[in-house]
Formats: sequence, C-alpha cells, structure tokens
Amino acid sequence: MNERLADVFEKLFDFSTTVHLLGYDFVQQALLAGALLGLLAGVLGPLIISRQMSFAVHGTSELSLTGASAALLAGISVGVGAILGSVVAAVLFGLLGSRARDRDSVIGVILSFGLGLSVLFMWLYPGRTGTSFSLLVGQIVGVGTSGLTLLLACSVVVLIVLAIVYRPLLFASTDPEVALARGVPVRALTVIFAVLIGVAAALGVQIVGALLVLALLITPAASAVRLTASPLRATILATIFAEVAAVGGILLSLAPGVPVSSFVTTISFVIYLACRVVGTRRERRAGRRLAPA
Amino acid sequence: MTPAVSLRGARLAFGERTLWSGLELDVEPGEFVAILGPNGSGKTSLLKVLLGQLRLTEGEAKIAGTPARAGNSAVGYIPQQKTIEAGVTLRGRDLIGLGVDGHQWGVGLRGRRTRRRIVDNVVVEVGAERFVDAPLGTMSGGEQQRLRVAQALVGDPTVLLCDEPLLSLDLANQSLVAGLIDRRRRSHDTAVLFVTHEINPILPLVDRVLYLVDGRFRVGPPGEVMTSRVLSELYRTDVEVLHVRGRLVVIGTGDAVDALGSAGGHHPAEDRP
Repeated sequence: MNERLADVFEKLFDFSTTVHLLGYDFVQQALLAGALLGLLAGVLGPLIISRQMSFAVHGTSELSLTGASAALLAGISVGVGAILGSVVAAVLFGLLGSRARDRDSVIGVILSFGLGLSVLFMWLYPGRTGTSFSLLVGQIVGVGTSGLTLLLACSVVVLIVLAIVYRPLLFASTDPEVALARGVPVRALTVIFAVLIGVAAALGVQIVGALLVLALLITPAASAVRLTASPLRATILATIFAEVAAVGGILLSLAPGVPVSSFVTTISFVIYLACRVVGTRRERRAGRRLAPA
Repeated sequence: MTPAVSLRGARLAFGERTLWSGLELDVEPGEFVAILGPNGSGKTSLLKVLLGQLRLTEGEAKIAGTPARAGNSAVGYIPQQKTIEAGVTLRGRDLIGLGVDGHQWGVGLRGRRTRRRIVDNVVVEVGAERFVDAPLGTMSGGEQQRLRVAQALVGDPTVLLCDEPLLSLDLANQSLVAGLIDRRRRSHDTAVLFVTHEINPILPLVDRVLYLVDGRFRVGPPGEVMTSRVLSELYRTDVEVLHVRGRLVVIGTGDAVDALGSAGGHHPAEDRP
C-alpha cells in the first residue's frame, strides 16, 4: 500500500489529534465556513435541480476560478475576485440562455474561454503555484478572519434575498408557463437566481475548490429529491446532507491532513448512493400499491 | 353586464405578418367559447394577449372591464399537458398551492394553513384526493390535468383561458377534464375561452366558436360556423363538414389533423411566433 495512504488510515482514527486541532482558531473558522456553505447549498440545491442547472453551477464555479486568478495576478482580494468572476458568469448564463437547450451550449462556450483565461493568469502569476492550485481543490484552512467576514456577509445577503423571492422563484423554477401567466417576473428571477448561485459558488470555491463545488451545491439536493417530492422536505434534507458532508468532511480531514475536498465529495457521494437505493425501493413499493388490481 | 372578455378592433401582427385584425368579441360571464383554427392562425397568441404577455398591435383587449395585463388574478390559465421532468420537486398538492399564492413574495410559510384549506377544498371539487400527495412526475396525463384545473380554479377567476388542455389525453379523461371546466363555469359563471384543434370532445359544451384562418375569422354558435359553406369561405377552398355518428368531421382544409377529425398527440409548438 502507498505509504501516504497507510498514514491516512492510521491517522483517520487519531481522535486526540483532531481534538487538539479543534482548539485552533483557523480550524474553528474553517468549520464555521463549512457550515455556512452547507446551509447555502441546502436551500439553493433543490431549486438548482428543478431548474436543471447543474452544468450552469459547474460553469459558474469554474469561472469564479478565472475571477480569483485574475484577482491574484492583480494583487487584490482573491475572495472578491472569485465572487465577481462567478457572478458575471452566472448573469451571462442567465441572460444568454433562457432556454435549457440554448443554455447548454452557451455555458460550454463561455466556460472554455474562461478556463483558458485562468490558465493564462496562473501562468503569469509570479508567486507560489500552490496558492493557485488551492483554488482548484480548495483550501479551507486558509479562509482566515477577513475571508470569513466576507463569507458571512455574503451568506446573509443570499439568505435574505432568497427569503424574499422564494415562493415566486419556486413557481418559476417548477412550473414556468403558469408562473408567467400568473404574472411572476420569470426572467428577472432567472437573473436574480443566477447571481445567488454565483455568490454561493464563489464561496464554495474557497472551501472545496472550483472542481468540487458540485459536491455541495448539487449532490445533497440530488440525494434529497430521491427521497421526497415535497419542496420543504427536500430543502430540509438537502441542508442536513450538505452540512454532514461539509462539516463532517472538514473534521475527518483534520488529523490525516488530506485535502478537505476528497472527504467532502466522498461523504456526499455515499449519501447520494444510499438515497438512490432507498428511493428506488420506495418507488417500487409505491408502484405495487398504485398498480390496478 | 360587463363582458368577461372584450376585444375591440383587435389586430395582432409580428413585423409584416398579420395574424388577425378587426377582431371583435364579447364573451359573457358563464359563456363557453371554443377557439379553433389551423396551426399558426394565432389561437395561442390570442390567449397570450389576454394574459398580458403579448401586446395588441391595434385595438384593445379587456378582462372584466380592465385592460388585459400580466398577473391579473381574474384570469385562470390551464396549459397543455406535458411530461414533468424528473427532479421537479412538486407533489400534486404543491402544484395547486402555487396557484394559490405562488406569485406572492416571501417564503410562504406563514400562509400555510390557509393554503392547505383552499387546496383541500379544490381537491375534493376535482376529485383528486387519491393522488394529490403523490409526486407530479408519477402521475398520468389525466391526473395532471385535473390538478391543472384545480390550480387554475383556486384563484377564483372570472375567466378561464385553456390552451389545448385535452391534448394527449384519452377519451375518458378528455370528457372528465372538460366536464370539470364546464361544471365550474355553470356554478360560478366563469367565462371559458378554450383553444383546441378538436371540437368534438367539447361540442356539447360550446356556446360559440371563434374560428381563425389566415387572418380571417368567424364567430357564432357551432351550428352556424361549423358548416361546409362558412368553412369553405374561411379556408378559401372546398371544405366539407360531415356529421358522422354525432361527431363533426372536417375534410379538405389541408390540415391533416382536422381532416381526420381528431387531434393526434403530435403538433409541436404550434402558434409560436
């Protein structure tokens, strides 16, 4: 067995190290950041699934990498750069592709160009390449107090906006034709939701990295909708799953010192598999019951 | 009495192409009007005008005395039955609930009790008790459309706008859904504008027909409009209307769907400008 891997397994159950590390400020900050992200992911996720926007979230988070690398190069706050990058991307996706079919290709086009730019920015960056690598796979322990303040402020804004637009947004996301007929501003909500996703994705990029944001924004919600069709229950379940993955992933990664993202993605994937199995069994049972005798 | 729907000198054009012009129509409360015509004649666009989603090029459109606008609570809307995408997190109950207050800002937790009561009442009205708590994606087309009727009725509309609500339903469900709409307009004096390819399932319910062809139109009771002479004038070709076993069969319009006298489940995106 790979020596490093053996070391991981040994340390995974080294609870005293975990407890010791929990005493540090930066660890506590990381946990708080993870919990905030889990909450955002839980409430946004089911709407993302209903709107079939998984690919848009993926594109948005990768483009937040472009913003972050541009900020790194320009010497301004990486967090602000990441948010700007993903919000611009999300609004572009929202405006250019209002139909799902359009959107798919628009995202592909913008995504590839943006990633090309970020490769250029990272190459131009004279500092340590480790800093830019951390944007790809996440480096939560580097959040810091100022990063945490930004995270907290953004999360509060996202939650407040969501609380205001939630019901029409649910209407527009699940039943757009009738929502439009009832006078719901479907197009405006598309843009607002895109901005919310942009902010959430940018925050996720700093914690689990651009490549793995889907593990928190999509997977917990995708798991939840296997179990229930009720919007409220789906939101609650998605939040619980996202919290378990985010906070649990950070806790497990402490002692072995493995990148947080591997644990976060593994936990959320295991939850997803379990929900699929349970959901399929339930459907079968329901199918038997409803089948005409 | 104020007409439920009123169109005066209405013209709708997209660029050079005029869909219809000089349209005059008053629909009384409780009246059932079928809107017929071939693909692209502007049937769905007429509904969009009344929903406030399209603006008339000329003339005026009023709902219950006020100009047509988006989000008018006097209007209920029933769309075509569609396949529900997997992953849409709605139960039947949630779909109807969105009809109650889905257009209002906020999370909607506070109005939960009222919403539940309104939904429970309408569920009994459309006979959906058995499947209202099931996920939308697991329902049959007929079940979905009954919920659609319920969703449109909870706003207590004075006008029901129906865009091919029976399309792709089997005969039993067609008459069930049409019956629900008919019962409502009789009990509540709700006016019904019913866009359809196929008049037969609703023929006994229809008070008047608005038949649109290439910008020409004719309004009147089905017995006066659905005749060989009138339809030949509208289509400007020899059209024959046959009465076969209590059904109307229209032959010679060049429209495959009408020639068969029954709308098949296949006519994608009709009337889209």
